[in-house]
Order: sequence, then structure tokens, then C-alpha cells
Amino acid sequence: MPIVTGKSQRWRIWAAHAGLWLLLAITLFPLLAVISISLRPGNFSTGSLIPTTISFEHWQLALGFPYTQPDGTVVQPPFPVLLWLWNSLKIATISALLIVAISTTAAYAFARLRFAHKTSILNGMLLLQMFPVAVALVAIYAIFEGIGSVVPWLGIETHAGLIVAYLGGVAMHIWTIKGYFETIPTEIEENAKVDGASHWQAFRLVLLPMAVPILMVVFVLAFIGTIIEYPVASILLREENNLTLAVGSKQYLQDQKFLWGDFAAAAVLSGLPITLVFLAAQRWIVSGLTAGGVKG
Amino acid sequence: MRAGSSPWFKWPLIGAVMLALLWLVTGVYAAGQPVVAVALLAFGGLALYTYGSARTLAWRYLFPGVAGMLVFVAFPLLYTMQIGFTNYSASNLLGEERARAYLLDQHTVDEDQSFGYTLHAEGQAWRLLLTPPEGAAEAGRYVSPPLTLGRGNGAALPMSAAPAGSPALGEPLPLREVLRHRDALMALALALPDGRTLRYTGVREFGTMEPLWKAGANGSLLRVASGAEYRPNPDTGFFENAAAERVQPGFKVGIGWANYSRMLFDADVRGPFISIFVWTVTFALLSVVFSTALGMTLAVVLNWEALKYRTLYRTLLFLPYAVPGFISILVFKGLFNQNFGEINAILDALFGVRPAWFADPLLAKTMILIVNTWLGYPYIMVLCTGLIKAIPADLYEASAIAGAGPLTNFFKITLPLIVRPLTPLLISAFAFNFNNFVLISLLTDGRPDYLNTKLPAGTTDILVSYTYRIAFTDAGANFGLAAAISTLIFFMVALMSLANLKLARVNDSSKG
Repeated sequence: MPIVTGKSQRWRIWAAHAGLWLLLAITLFPLLAVISISLRPGNFSTGSLIPTTISFEHWQLALGFPYTQPDGTVVQPPFPVLLWLWNSLKIATISALLIVAISTTAAYAFARLRFAHKTSILNGMLLLQMFPVAVALVAIYAIFEGIGSVVPWLGIETHAGLIVAYLGGVAMHIWTIKGYFETIPTEIEENAKVDGASHWQAFRLVLLPMAVPILMVVFVLAFIGTIIEYPVASILLREENNLTLAVGSKQYLQDQKFLWGDFAAAAVLSGLPITLVFLAAQRWIVSGLTAGGVKG
Repeated sequence: MRAGSSPWFKWPLIGAVMLALLWLVTGVYAAGQPVVAVALLAFGGLALYTYGSARTLAWRYLFPGVAGMLVFVAFPLLYTMQIGFTNYSASNLLGEERARAYLLDQHTVDEDQSFGYTLHAEGQAWRLLLTPPEGAAEAGRYVSPPLTLGRGNGAALPMSAAPAGSPALGEPLPLREVLRHRDALMALALALPDGRTLRYTGVREFGTMEPLWKAGANGSLLRVASGAEYRPNPDTGFFENAAAERVQPGFKVGIGWANYSRMLFDADVRGPFISIFVWTVTFALLSVVFSTALGMTLAVVLNWEALKYRTLYRTLLFLPYAVPGFISILVFKGLFNQNFGEINAILDALFGVRPAWFADPLLAKTMILIVNTWLGYPYIMVLCTGLIKAIPADLYEASAIAGAGPLTNFFKITLPLIVRPLTPLLISAFAFNFNNFVLISLLTDGRPDYLNTKLPAGTTDILVSYTYRIAFTDAGANFGLAAAISTLIFFMVALMSLANLKLARVNDSSKG
């Protein structure tokens, strides 16, 4: 912009930089502190923030190896972090795949097919999604107790049950995929139909291959959404070996048993990959946020 | 699914699915979950129709998604409302039929008639020797015919009086070995020559078991010992005698508006409920205000072209949003810890204070707001950045010519232009924080608690975490009351959503 700058400009830039640095310090403090704490020996020492001696005891415990202290006592890993991570990854991958499958077919119907009450169904779904799951926990618990009394592998304390419970959150993803489908010209599928393809074939063999990028995006979004989900997982899973990371991590910081250093290592170990995936997918997440929010 | 699949394949398949569905529905119904059973039946039926009929092409694609939403989002909402009108809780967990069956299955053990036992090997088989306890009225010992353990056949084993010396039996099995056969022993029924039947009543004993209850007329229960009649009371959900004494467990019944009137008129519930409601609104409002103030300022500053390294700042300032919430909240929980936390270590070094962040209600609330601002501002920053980018640059050029300063620019150009598209997003943010269960649950768990309340309630509890507490953590598990409060929350969320939709629609139409 060809705007004439005044004399105070330079001072204001300095002030802005100083303010931003201060804010950055506050913002990044917890994240840097937790890395430092994970490398600090012991669970209780409140010494300097930059560790003077580096110890990998918490990392060893987080990775599931027992740690031998200098005085010879052996500390066993307090919680099966890697097992929790595996549970989380397993549940998130399977539910994200199913969510992609379900939302893709539904988005196809919304984008391409004609049926009665199309707009009201879509709006209704978006409206329903505004109700937080945390409010209906009692009912979800009762539902899975009911299912579990007949089909035990789908009830409470099962991963399959949790995966099924996550399949309700598809409205936003349907919206995203539908928007993408609408940018693809219909003529391509119509040509395929002229050549004798059925609806299903036109969808699966013609449209889907062109939509792979958006499907990957939705997969990542659903994956992250599932991996950080806490309320439903916390009522459906209770046994220690069954927990997901989001539910299990809480157990490190109980008042009676405050494993601060062990938690820090586990937090960095599990949080870093998720953060990196999130940053990589940031662009789509942000555009989804704005679009979704405005559309309601 | 595909067109043209042969009817020879299609109809048997539909029949098989239908049978499986019916089996499932009867199972759920028998398990005492009639609401779930009906919902299951409706959905199974719809699914069959959708994939069986030729006229439902679009719905074949839609069905999984719509069904998922209806089953796991819409149905839980309705079901919660229904539970809000019942006394569903830890003491009233089962349906009437199953509660009755449970009570009829209760037994008492007659201590005077129990026998000690020993197990003796005899080849591949075993013999059981019953010995009356010392000083009991019983004198004789009884011995069983050789039996194979682990293959229960239900029929009572005829016991015969054992001769005093009992030379035929070998050494008795040590207790540890006996315990390994516990399951088989528990399945045994021993018939004494005088007609009594003995069952396994303890690690070392067989004894007579008397049922506690007998089924009476009209679904009532008769206490065997006293003959008193306990009738099921459909209003309270308990079996009661004439003096209205109750038998635990009760059963699940509808109790109308009782949960709601408890919220309004029962002082024990109303007191904490109102303070929690006020705090929920305050918390959501202040969270939005603080994150908006910070996020919007940052968006404006980072939009200033004279500033260098803007992308770097933006990326680093976005980080709190990228770190999974459950991790950063727990990190703050540790950092704020009164004794071991780094924040108090710094405050102690600088000012010599160690605030009790988790024990003092006001400090705990402050901490929650600090953490939530940290968590929430990047989102607002990103939203505002996007909205500011859409403002035409010539407006700022014109204002520069007119000699306006940055503050004038912000209040006369930027703010008026972004406030309208931002409002629905801020309402969403308010609704999100209104129900920000994860933050409260992981950071303070609602503590510190109010003193002198009958139902435990925390000073930092918001409505959602309060219902979670009532339903899942404290003794009593009062699902009915929790569901009633949840129903109130639904209506508030619905109001916010409607306001949101209305504002968004106004925006859309003003855009043309």
C-alpha cells in the first residue's frame, strides 16, 4: 500500500515486536516447559526450568522400559502408554475410514441425486451436529449398555462400540465433500452412464477417483477429531488396558499420585505427532472452520 | 445394492437379515431396554426397505450417514429427555421384571444346618464327605457316591450316611486343590436321606439355602420368613409393604416432573444448581470476550504490512490450537500445581507467593479463564485474519489520506466490517464453551467442591460437568436427574443455534 508513514511508525513497530515477543513467551512457555520437564530427573523436583542434568528416565518409562535408579531400585512403567497410543490409533483409523465411507456416499446423494426435502435434511443434520455429545452421555451410556447385553462385543468397554458411537459425527464432513463434488462437472459421470454404467459404477469408478484429495482431507480431520475425543471414550472405556490416550493421560496427574515428569514424557511422545499432523492439515481445517461456522 | 441382482439371491438375503434383526430386537427387549429395542426395530425396518425396494435409490447412499446421525446424535437427545422423566439410577437400574427376578433369586443360608466337607480322590473320580460342625445338633456324617467333577448334570446327588470309621476314603485334598474345583462344587446339589438339599455356601461349607422371597399374587413378593407382602409401587419404583418400607433394588419407572421440581424446589439441589448455572454463563461469556479481545488484536497487528516475520509469528501463535486439547489442558494442570508446579515456582521466586490455584474457588476460576483464553484465542485470530483480508485496501488508503491513526482505522473501518460475519461464529464459540466439558473435567474436575451440599457439586463445575458428576462419578448414579438437567441444556443450545442460524441468514441475504 502506498501509504505515507509518519515518524512514530518506527516506534510502533518496535512496540509491536516487543508485545508479540512477550505474548510468544507466554504462549510457548507451557509447551517448552513440558519438554524440559520430561528430561528432568525425578517427579517432584522444582528446580530450574532448564534442566541442569538431563535424564531419560521418564522417556524410558513412557516407552515401556523399566528404569533402574542410581540406588538400584527398579521403577516399573506406571501406565501402558504405548498400548493406549495403539488403542487410540486403532480406533481413530477405523472410525475415520468408516466416517469417510459414510460421508462420501451421503455427500454423493446430496450433490448429485434428486430426492424430496434435500435442503431440510441437510440443514437438519448440520443443526443436530451443534448439540454437543457431552450432553447426551447418559443416553449414550444406556444405549451401549442395552446393545452390550445382547451383542457383548459391541457394548460398554469395547473398542468396537466406541467406533460405532463415533459414526454419528458426519454432518460437517458430508458438507465438505459435497462442496468438492459440486466443483466436479457432472458431464463426466453422465458420459459414463451413457456408456452403460449404473449409478453405483458412475459413483465408484468415475467420481471417487477424482475426489481422492478431499477424501484424504476428511480422513485426516476425522482421524484427529477421534483421537482427541474425550467425553464418550471416558464413559465407554474404564479398564486400564482398554483406554485411549485421551482418557488415560488424566491418570498421571491424580492428587494422590502426581507423576509430573512421567506425564511430561508421555505427553510429548503422544502430543508431538498429533500436533504435526494437525499443522500439516491446518489449511483445510481452518477453511473448514470458517466455512462451517458461517453456514451454521 | 447394485441394480439387476437376481431375485433368487435378493429375497433369501432380505429374509435372513430380517430374522437376524428380529432376534436382536427380542434380545434387547428381553434385556429390559424397550426404548432401544423399538428404535432398533424401526431402523432395521427402514434399512431393509431402503436396500430392498427399487424406488429408494438416493436413500441407499444417504442411509448410513443419516442413520448414524439419527442413532448416535438425535436418538440420544430424545432418549435423554425420556430418561429425565424417570427415576433411572443406581438403585433403580433394572426394569420391574428383572428386579423381581433378581429378588426372587436371593437366598439366605441357614447357619445351623451347614456342613463342613472334604474331598477325597478315588481313582479318577471323587467322593465328598460331609461333616457336621462341632457342637451342632447334627451327628451323622454323609458320603457321596463317586462323582466326576466338572460335568454337572443338574440332578441332586443322593448322599448316604457314612459309617463312623470311614476307612474306604483316602487322604482329604488340601484346600488349595479343593479351590481349583470351586466352580464344579458350586454346581452341585446334594440330597440328604432325610430330604434336605444342600448347596455350596462357602469355601469350607455346604448348607441349606432358603429363598428370601416368594412370588405372590399380582406381581407382589412375599418375604418367606415373615410372610409379609411387598407390592410393586409404580409411582416410586420400589417393592413396598403396607408401611411403605422399601426393598432394594427398586425398578425403573416414570416419575413425571419430579426431577425438574427437584431442580427448582429442593433446596439441596437448587442452591448449587443456580450457582453452577451462573458460573457456566459467566465462564462462557468471559472466555469468548478474552479470546476475542486477544485474537482480534493479534489479527489486526499481524495484518500490518510494515511488520516483519508475520508468517513466523502467526504460525507460532497458532500452536496452542494445534496441540491436542487433552494434552495441553493436563500440562496446565501440572504447571499450576500448588507445590510442584512451575508457575508457582516462578511466582515464588519473583514475588514470594504460592497461590492455591486448585483449592481457592476464585483462583480456580481465574486459572480456568487463563487456560481457556490460551486455548481459544488462536481460533478467533484465524477467523479474524480471514475476515480482515476480505476488507478492500482502498478503504485504508482513503483513511490514510484523511490522516487517520491506527485506532481510528480499527474502530471506524475494521471492526464495523468484521463484526457482522463474526457474530454467529462468536455465538458458536459461546455455545462451545457453555458445554466445554473437556476443559473442566481435565483441569479441575469441578473442584473445589461446595461444602454442605447433599449432592456433591463443585464451584468450578459447569452444567455439563455437573451432570456428568451426578450420573457417572458419585455414588447413587442418578441418571434421571442428570438427564433432566441435560434436557435443559439442550433447550439452551437450541436457542443459541437458532439465534446463530438467523444471524447467518441475515448475513447471507445482505451479501446478495
